[in-house]
This record gives sequence, C-alpha cells and structure tokens, in this order.
Amino acid sequence: MERTEAELIGAVLQGDAASFEPLVERYSPRVFATARRYARRESEVEDIVQEVWLKAFQKLGSFRGDAPFEHWLMRLTVRTCFDFLRGHQRNRETTFSELSQPESDWLEHFVAEPEAAEADADAARQLVTRLLEQLPPAARLVITLLEIEERSVKEIAELTGWSVPLVKVRAFRARAQMRKALAKLSSEKYL
Amino acid sequence: MNLDQLQRRLLAAARVQTPSERVPYGFERRVMGRLRAVPALDSWALWAQALWRAAAPCVGIMLVLGAWTLLAPPAKSTTADFSQQLENTVFATADQEQVPADLLR
Repeated sequence: MERTEAELIGAVLQGDAASFEPLVERYSPRVFATARRYARRESEVEDIVQEVWLKAFQKLGSFRGDAPFEHWLMRLTVRTCFDFLRGHQRNRETTFSELSQPESDWLEHFVAEPEAAEADADAARQLVTRLLEQLPPAARLVITLLEIEERSVKEIAELTGWSVPLVKVRAFRARAQMRKALAKLSSEKYL
Repeated sequence: MNLDQLQRRLLAAARVQTPSERVPYGFERRVMGRLRAVPALDSWALWAQALWRAAAPCVGIMLVLGAWTLLAPPAKSTTADFSQQLENTVFATADQEQVPADLLR
C-alpha cells in the first residue's frame, strides 16, 4: 500500500532518509518545470532542482503540515530560482543585430501587420526569453509569476516571501523595465 | 510601433508554452546519493562552528581596544574650562543688568 505524504515526512524526520525518495519522485516534475522557466541550460536546471531537494531535506523539520507539502516545496523552489537568478545576473543588452533570423522576421511581421503576427510562434517565445534575460532578477521573477504563470499578487507574495505592496511595486517597475528593453530593441530597427 | 501591443503579444506567446516536466533518468537516485553524502545538521555543531568563527574577530577587537587604551595620550582636564564657562554664564546676567537703559532703546 502506498504511504501517505504525512507518513513519509514523519518517517524522514525520524531518521529514515530512504522515505524521502518517493517525495522526490512525486514532485520532481513540477520542480523541473518551474526551474526551466528561469534557467536555459539543462545542467543549470538540474543544479537548481538538486539544490531544492537538498534544502527540502535539510529544512523538512520546519514544515509544519498546516499547508500541503507541495506549497511548501514550491515556495522553496521559487526562492532557489531567485537565488540562481541573482547569482547569474547578466547585465547584457541585446541589440537588434543579435536577434536570430526568425526573431527579426517575427518582429518585422508584427510591425507590418500587428494583428496577423502569430501569437504562438517559437520566434516570439525566444524573443520573450531574450527580453526576460535582460531584466534584473526580481523583475524577471515577478513578470514570470504574474504575467506568464498568471498568479495573483497574494500568491506571489506567499511564494516569494515579499509583502503584497512590495510585489505590486516590483511588478510596476518590472513592466516598465520590460517596456524599456523592448523599446530599445525595436528602436534600433524601426525608429 | 505599438509597444503595448507588442508586449502583450509576446507575453501571450510565453503563456502558451508550458515548460517540460521531464525528469532526467535516474535523477531521484542521484539526489538520494547526494543526500546520503551530506552530513546531518546538528544544531550544537552549528553553534560551535559559529562561535569559533566569531572568536578570531573578537580577539582582534580586544587587542585593538587594549592597544588604543594604552597608547592614546591622556585627555586634557577640562575642569578649568568648565569653571570659566560657568563664571561667564553667571556674570553675563549681571553684565546685562548693568547696561544703561538708554542703550537698550
């Protein structure tokens, strides 16, 4: 019979480290999906997820059980991803000439016919990734959670440990920073 | 170019794509291997480590303060200055009272 989450956590806390493996198996897909939003290389993604599980194991004693284990784990994951972004901060601006052919084609297509430009094109997704990589860590995190994952401000506050007003301020700044990066990128070609 | 529309379109494109949930083969075993290699956290060991780390800066601060106390020149006595100031303050009122009334107009 499959053991419940609470039983597994209880066993780990009593020193049975092997009981942690089913938890790793069960939740790794979600942790991987989250980490892939912030890291591009697969080796970096694996490092983040491994770090998440190490922290989860070491801090399991602080899990009180009043909320699902998954929520606690996702908070840990988001915070680890934020630490990763801070550690790999690149203040590099992308210029129009650095865009790939499909990306610049998509932009040109958008300029010519904004309504007709495909919304689900790979080139558009690559452009977003490029723009997000130019943002400071907090701005990238808040744009990803708020605009891409469509989470509420309250949820973001819980995930990040920031206060609700701080999330709102950071979201406002992040949108402005993204607009600025976009304006800079497009002005090189079209203004 | 309409930047608002462009931003909305790009974010919509990012929303469509959800990242893969694929877990590399044998990842769980690798994590468990790492966990076994990591020593268990012992709160007493953490305290001892922190205190040992704090010991060297504390000794350094103690030595600097000791040297400063021994080598710094003794401060000048300010008793004379205080008595002079007190005298000035007391006599200032008396001096004001002696000013002729026609000068204050």
